[in-house]
Amino acid sequence: MRPPAFLQSALERDVRPVKVVTFKIDDKDVTAREDETILTVARQNGIFIPTLCHLEGLSERGACRLCLVEIKNVPRLAPACVTLPRQDMEVITTSERVQDYRKKILELILTERNHVCSVCVSNGHCDLQQLTVDLGLTHVHYDYLYPHHTIDATHERFSIDHNRCVLCLRCVRVCDEIEGAHTWDIMSRGILSKVITDLNQPWGTSETCTGCGKCVHVCPTAALTEKGKSVAEMTKRRQFLPYLQMMRKEERQ
Amino acid sequence: MSKTRVATTWLDGCSGCHMSFLDIDERIVELASMIELVYSPIVDTKEFPENVDVTLVEGAISSDADIEEIINIRKNTKVLISFGDCAVSANVPAMRNRFERREVIDRAYIENANNNNHAPYQNIPGLMKSARPVHEFVQVDLFLQGCPPPSEAIYGVLSQLLAGEYPDLKGKTRFGA
Repeated sequence: MRPPAFLQSALERDVRPVKVVTFKIDDKDVTAREDETILTVARQNGIFIPTLCHLEGLSERGACRLCLVEIKNVPRLAPACVTLPRQDMEVITTSERVQDYRKKILELILTERNHVCSVCVSNGHCDLQQLTVDLGLTHVHYDYLYPHHTIDATHERFSIDHNRCVLCLRCVRVCDEIEGAHTWDIMSRGILSKVITDLNQPWGTSETCTGCGKCVHVCPTAALTEKGKSVAEMTKRRQFLPYLQMMRKEERQ
Repeated sequence: MSKTRVATTWLDGCSGCHMSFLDIDERIVELASMIELVYSPIVDTKEFPENVDVTLVEGAISSDADIEEIINIRKNTKVLISFGDCAVSANVPAMRNRFERREVIDRAYIENANNNNHAPYQNIPGLMKSARPVHEFVQVDLFLQGCPPPSEAIYGVLSQLLAGEYPDLKGKTRFGA
């Protein structure tokens, strides 16, 4: 038996309809679902916002702060990857203030560890190195810290060089959300923060690591690499991420 | 018209940037007709001259002598260019910075020496605690990144400067290029 007409139309409507908002990015009128981030909408509209910790297919972390944007009449800057748009909001992605902050953040990231591009296995294939080009960073104003960091090469096929880590936590997220192993995690705070395997034990002795290598390939720099690569030889293969997502989505439907 | 007075030097570097400079090939002949190379490791002048228009500084600042030299260069140079990653970021020379000075010297002169194993103690400049970028000591006017900077970028900078333009390096080089 068909339900009465007035009920029919109500049933056809989504139980929780997603609202659509219209707002502006750099004076361009854009439309978004209310649950889409400013970054997503900007990318859909071909507006460039630099990112480092963001990776399509992983949850958002808001860790690197490179996607900072200005919102009119809001005093503080907002990270585009974790900020939702509101109706009539005016977002500015290219103001001098925003660009200045992004550069400073990039400079601080470069000083905090030891990034030596010229002898790095990821030279030419590095998200961090590419960002210095994209943002036009020619030199670093702050004092380099040259901290002492170690390399863990106990894993059979992979190694981690903490000198190159930017603490984006892509490895932590992919291991937990996609592989489901949660081998990676983070210990300590602030400048002492460090990614660890299991309970801060050598990677090779980890009982939870499946050796899938997803962490290696989502890593933006040469912190996580395959063994046996020389300078500029380490290219990352990330095709698995959208592929797995697509397949899992199809399975659920 | 008088020729543009150009100088080059290397401090704590490997001379690779100078090699890349020479890689501009036959254009160096045309360049040579427009500039006067007044001081360089590849010419015979011993003292850094006065009134230099452009100086390319390769290498990081690593010793007492480097500091003296860079201050003298700045005093006598109109446009000072940090030439290559070592000058811009201290790059490879800075990889020693996490070690104590004593460890570095012992490693170089004792552990890795086949004979005459002792560290030099006179007639050489004192090694600084850490290798540092040039702009931590003097004002730098232009940063030419790369290890080494591609010869195209070097030629680009010099030809634009000679044409009286401010060099645009966007997309021509990067850290580690």
